[in-house]
Formats: sequence, C-alpha cells, structure tokens
Amino acid sequence: MVYDIAVIGAGVVGTQIARNLSKYDLKVALLEKESDIASGTTKANSGIVHAGFDCQTGTRMAELNVKGCRMMEEVATTLHVPYEKNGSLVVAFSEEEMATIQDLYMRGIANGLTKDELKIIEREELVEMEPNIADEAYGALYAPTAGIVSPYELAIAAAECAIGNGVEFLRKFNVGGIVYEDGNFILGAKDGRVIRAKIIVNSAGIFASYLLENFNGEKFKVIPRKGEYGLLDRSVYPLVTHTIFQCPTEMGKGILVAPTTHHNIFVGPTSLDQNDNMEGKHDVSVRDGALRTTYAEAQKSVPSVSPRDQITSFAGLRAHWIEHDFYIAPAKTNKYMINLIGIESPGLAASPAIAECVENMVLDTLDTKPAKKAEWNPSRKAPVFFRTMSPEERAELIAKDPAYSRIVCRCETVTEGEIRDAIRAPGGAIDLDGVKRRTRAGMGRCQGGFCGSKVMEILAEELDQPINEITKFGRHSDIIYERTK
Amino acid sequence: MNEILNYDLVVIGGGPAGMAAALSAKDNGVPEENIIVLERDVRLGGILEQCIHTGFGLTYFGEELSGPEYADRFVKLMDETKIAVKLNTMVLNITKENQVIATNKEDGLITINAKAIILAMGCRERPRGALDIAGTRPAGVMSAGQAQKFVNIDGYMPGHECVILGSGDIGLIMARRMTLEGAKVKVVCEVMPYSGGLQRNIVQCLDDFDIPLRLSCTVIKIHGLDRVEGVTIANVDDKMLPIPGTEEYIPCDTVLLSVGLIPENELSKQIDLDMDMVTRGPKVDEMRETSQPGVFACGNVLQVHDLVDFVTQESQIAGKGAAQYISGLRHGDVIKTRGQNGVRYTVPQSINLDEQEDVKIYFRVGSVYHDKRVVVTCGDKVLLNRKKIKLAPGEMENVIIKAKDIAEMTKDQEIVISIEEA
Repeated sequence: MVYDIAVIGAGVVGTQIARNLSKYDLKVALLEKESDIASGTTKANSGIVHAGFDCQTGTRMAELNVKGCRMMEEVATTLHVPYEKNGSLVVAFSEEEMATIQDLYMRGIANGLTKDELKIIEREELVEMEPNIADEAYGALYAPTAGIVSPYELAIAAAECAIGNGVEFLRKFNVGGIVYEDGNFILGAKDGRVIRAKIIVNSAGIFASYLLENFNGEKFKVIPRKGEYGLLDRSVYPLVTHTIFQCPTEMGKGILVAPTTHHNIFVGPTSLDQNDNMEGKHDVSVRDGALRTTYAEAQKSVPSVSPRDQITSFAGLRAHWIEHDFYIAPAKTNKYMINLIGIESPGLAASPAIAECVENMVLDTLDTKPAKKAEWNPSRKAPVFFRTMSPEERAELIAKDPAYSRIVCRCETVTEGEIRDAIRAPGGAIDLDGVKRRTRAGMGRCQGGFCGSKVMEILAEELDQPINEITKFGRHSDIIYERTK
Repeated sequence: MNEILNYDLVVIGGGPAGMAAALSAKDNGVPEENIIVLERDVRLGGILEQCIHTGFGLTYFGEELSGPEYADRFVKLMDETKIAVKLNTMVLNITKENQVIATNKEDGLITINAKAIILAMGCRERPRGALDIAGTRPAGVMSAGQAQKFVNIDGYMPGHECVILGSGDIGLIMARRMTLEGAKVKVVCEVMPYSGGLQRNIVQCLDDFDIPLRLSCTVIKIHGLDRVEGVTIANVDDKMLPIPGTEEYIPCDTVLLSVGLIPENELSKQIDLDMDMVTRGPKVDEMRETSQPGVFACGNVLQVHDLVDFVTQESQIAGKGAAQYISGLRHGDVIKTRGQNGVRYTVPQSINLDEQEDVKIYFRVGSVYHDKRVVVTCGDKVLLNRKKIKLAPGEMENVIIKAKDIAEMTKDQEIVISIEEA
C-alpha cells in the first residue's frame, strides 16, 4: 500500500495534522504504536491552553503558542471537545515576585498578546476570583484568554474527524525502521507489517528524535522529562476555577492547582529529567514520596488542597529538547520527511497552529497541489454526555435508544449507550482505557471498581472477543486469565 | 416516557439492608403494594451474591450460611410479598421533596414521589489511586471485591501470584479464595500494627493456609509496564511512613487491595444530609432517620459493618422507623451521643427523648485495647461500666441504653461512650 502521507503518532499533534490533511485528495495513514489514540504524552497532560506569555520571545514556541491559543476555542467547539476559557493566574507571594510578574507581562506583550489578553491584578481582585487562594498571595498575572481543554478527547475527536474523512488509522503499528527507496519511504512495523509513503510526518513525541536519528543520523538531544500528577475528586470543585500557576523562581516553575474540563482538580506536574534511553522514554512511574512534596508545594497557593481527596495519581513524559523550542522541519537529507521535535508544553495549546504549519509544509513539499475534497466534514459525530444533560434531554435520548437508560459507571453517570458509541466510533475504543478516555467510565472516585467488569462485557460483545482477551491498554495488559477450575 | 409513580416508601438498594428494611416496613404496617425497592444489579442480594464463603447468619439465624444462602432467605420472603422490585435500575437523583429519579432499560426515566425513603446503597472499596503508592499503572491491580466478582461470579482467574495489601475481611477472604483456586498468595501486608479484619478470618483464611501476614508493612511501589511484575514492600514507622532499608521486592502478577470501604453516599450528599465525618455516612437517630425528615439510612451506607447479621438488624429498625413516619409519627427533642477516649464514632448519633424502648448504640475503637472498661455516661450519671478483655478496630461493639434511663434525659445532655482504665 502506498500512501501519499504517513503521519507517525496519534497524539494531539499527529491527529490534528491528519485531520488538516484529510481536507485534500490525499491518501493519508495515521500510525500509532499503541492500541489507541492519545496513548503517550497526550494522555498525561495538564490540559492547559496557555495564553503564550511564558515562552521566550522570538521562539517558534512563542509564535505557535499565541496563535494556537487563539485557534483552540474554534477547533474544540467544532470537534465537540470539552473546552473552557477559564483564564489563568500566575500568583506572586511577595512584592519582589511582582517584579517577575511584571517581566512576564512584558514578555507576553512582546510575544504578541494584546493588553486585553493580559492583566496584572492586586490581591483584592485575586481573592474575589479565587476565594481559596493563600493568605500570602500578593497579586497575580491574569490571562483571561487562557483555557483548558481535554487533551485526549481533543486527539480522539481529531482522529475521528480525520478517519471520517478518509484517513486510515493503523493502530499497534510500531515503526521499527524507515528507509527511502525509489521515491518512497518504506515503513516497517515491529509486527512485520510494511507500508509505503511519499511523505512522512514524524510526530512521534518523545520517540520522534529517535526515529529521525535512526533514519539519517541527525541528532537532537531530547530528554524525557517526567511530570507527576495527583488528581482529585470532582466534589472538590470549585476549590479553584482558574488555572493557578506559581510565580516562577530560581527553583523552578512551581506546582499548579487547576481544574480539568470535567472539573476534577489536579496538582502537579513535577519535573524530573530521565535518561535519554528506551527505559527513560517508557518510565511513567510515579516516584515514592513525589506526591507528598507536590501537595506541600501546591498548598502554598491553595492551602486547603489535600491528598485526602485524591482519586488517582499518574505521570507523563514530555519531549524536552535542550534548546527548549519546537523544531519543525524536514530531515536534512530528505525534504519529504517532516519532523516535529521537542513538542512539549505548550504543545497542546499550540497544537492547532502546529497542525496548520505542518499542513502548509506538506503542501509546499508536494510537486502538484492536491485538490480539496468537495465534501469535507470538519467535525465528527457529537458524543453523548449523559451526565451533563437536562432531564428533558435524557428522556428524549432514552426514547430513541434504551441503551442510554442503563447506567454502567455509577461515579461518572456513564450509560451503556455511550460506551457502545465509543467502541463503534471511527478509530473507536478496543480496550478499557480507550473506553475510559472517551466516556469517563472508570474515571471517577471508585476508579472502575464498579464498572470495570461491566465495560469488559460490553467490549467483548461489541468486538466479538472472549472476555479474557480484553485488555486494559493493549500489549500484555491482560486483566483476567483463564477460567477458574 | 417520563413515568411518574407514587409510593409510600422507596428503598434504594436491594442488598441485605434494603430487603430487610422493606420487609420490616411491611411488617410494621406499610401496605406492601406501596413499597418499592430499586436495585442497580441484575438480582436482589447485593454484594452477598459474590460472597460464596460461609460465616453469615450465625447471629441472626443461629446457623452458618454462605452469602447467597443468607440473601436467598430474604429474597424468598420478598417473593412472598407484593413489594415492588425494579432490577437493573440506577437512581440518578433524590430531591429534598423526597422524590426519586431513576432509570432502567425497561421503563426509561422514572420519577417516584415517596412519603419516605430508605437509603440502603451499601459501600464501595477504596481504590489504589486514593493511596500514595508509587510506581507504574499496569493491569493486575484491583480491589479484592473486584477479584472476588471475577472468580465467584464470572468464573475467571484475575491472577496467579498475588500480593494483598490491607487485611480487611475481603482481603483475607480473597487470600483463601485465590489459594483454593490454585493461585499463590505471597503475602498480606497491613500498614497498621493490627489487622482490620475479624480474628476468625485471620485464622481460617491465612493461618490455615500458611499465608504470611505482615503488620506495619505496606506496598510502596508497583512494578511492571503492561501487567504487574512485582511490588516493593517496606515496613512503616509509627507515622506510617516507610522505613528506609526495609524494602523488599516481591515478584507477583497481581495486587489485590483491601484498604477500606467507603459508604456510597453520593445521593445523600445531593440532598445535603448532615454527615458524620468519621463513619462517612449520614447522622441518624435511633430509628435511623437522617437530618431530612422521612429519609432513613441503614446498612453499610450508614456505617461499614463487620457482619451482615447486624446490617439486617439495623435495617429492620430503619424499616420500622419509616413505617412510623409514614403513619404520621413525629418526634420532638433529641439527645446526642458521642465517643471519646478511643471511641471513634457512635451510631445512632442522637436518640429521641420520647423513645419508649431500649436503644443499642454501636461504636468502634481507634486502636487495639486489652483489659479496659467501656463506660457510658450521661451528665453525672454512669449508665454502664463494663469490663472488656479486648477491643479492636476490626470488631464493632455495642452498648444498650435502657428506656428508663432515656426517660430521665434532657436535650442539653449528651450520652458519652469512652474507654477507661480497668
């Protein structure tokens, strides 16, 4: 099979690139090494749409962050993805720190933000916005256009849109080797599958530099930087409603206390550089004791945030290029391989702009400009969220299909109908975590204790598989084994 | 589509608590066709259906039954009545006007106007995420109750080599169950210096199978990318922090958690019931009426019990209370109860001063005590002073307050239970 373009990596960047490319008469493949979309950096992300004042002025990162933040609302709304323009606050705890706040403000203006998009506020206004803020809080930098988006739902939505418009999604396609031969790339998966493509978009996250280096020896120093999080029960909301940053100090950027789009509160992330080897690139373990110090630091901004309300902890890896910028460019030896290196925070915020940038690079690379599809759908089928529906909407939905009247996940009020939809969607869920990311079944306070086996039953039925072959997240993540004696 | 029904009594939950409460309400005068039980599972019986071991019923029936047998006795009694039962039905909301909104596949959304509501939703297990266990998040980490369902209901092995964290009763029971099914249970770790489970379970489930129980020991790290490959365990100090140098790696493919049960009170919180921060259930009077008139609570949603027999007894009280409420009985002032000196909580948290019968107060202690006295006072008066050889957090205790003593109490006083030197 020869594709025009192979996009490697179905994270929040790769999926949006695939979606943008699906506008054209091009054969596009979206390759993902794991069993599902959003299985890498995207799934353990803070979900923050940064306004863009933090990046160094003049960098690619700053440009794409500011642009992406302005694009996000429309992208998220079009794709029916949870998004909220909740605004962010960088909190200063002393008069001296207000000088840093002033510097950040100036940097933001230099990065292209307008005076409506940034404001320095005094303690009084801060307390009005966030009543649970610490007594020591002195003032803050307020960015009203900063927002939050559900990162994995954005990636899933973009993928569903792309697949709906003809992109082929190849899951569990773990690219082992890339060679260029007779005007085509040959991509071999570790399981033996082989595809060919005229252009490669290498958006493989922390593995992107590795793929490039293996292809032509080009070296980038990219460090897997770990961030650990604690996630709190939804009942804690509205402990804070804005994204609360701490004023950056010489010690680092500080710990966030912020809501997600589903109104869990999270604390984190920590920041720990791991070895730039395969072990380091796979290590998403939470360190012993890491959360104890994280909560202590978070309590500096919001004293009442407490590990007692924690429902889960997790860690993710960001691809930290030591130059600390986004590198988006063709391989030095082959203009048909476009690489995205060092897409770390604010990569999510920048992602719509990155996708647009890569789309244009692909178009420039092609000898003949592809035609646009006559009937391109910029959206996808809107998912049902039973929990947030009014009683009238619920009654109407149930009248159409009684599967929506059976609650499978008690904590998040997720119905059987929503779970079946998630499995049947283009590029749909094939395992427990896939259902969880799409529907929230298992994301609540009991963490799947009640619904886990019920979701497995539905997966087994929909996929026509024995129940003991249903996994948590693919690979060898078996949940149950053979029958009892 | 949105059907509106009217019942005198809606019981939320069809486990042992809900069934006993519904039957008792009927026995105490509520017309049986005016009672409805809503159950989210496919059958009545609740968690008993997966508890195929014996040990149920010794107190209530005076004989040893399995969980399904114990449940079946009540299911049969339910079948003999005209009490309505809706299975596969999840309650979405309750309101301050005592309205219950539920949903199921047959009826769609249902709204039920009730004169009284009995909350009998039971409890759930604390998940891993609520604990500070470092490491990866592979498959193979599950609560002991989930594992019990996989083995006893679904008929699948959830693992072959297990480490169990927490020595609550379900953890102990599953240590035996997994062993009987051919799995190897390597160790049961308990972070506290004592087990939270019943003594008889430690003997019958661990000692009889040579399964080691390590006290003051916990799992500090889970290893494995896809499926669990092992755990690091360590001893803890008196602040329950791991002691460096005591770490030990144990290869295993499964971690079962029995680290506490949490009353399932999401619905109670919707109507802002006064909650007890210790039991994590609603505060109730001796008839198990909550802070909202006409709303009662019983069983594990109120306080986590050790024995289903006590759940049944408590639920019969709630059923009677609901029947009295439906027939128009209202109470006046109450006297509060509380624990001190090692008594962590008391249930009920208050007693109506017009109560004509003796009242049993349940309580739990916060640590293990030997050769102490349980002392109950009201004002200057000592109501009870009883010697106890042993008191442990894993065993629920009770004292009886005599009706004649209640008659002499006033609303400004309180009933205090404490542990004193012998």
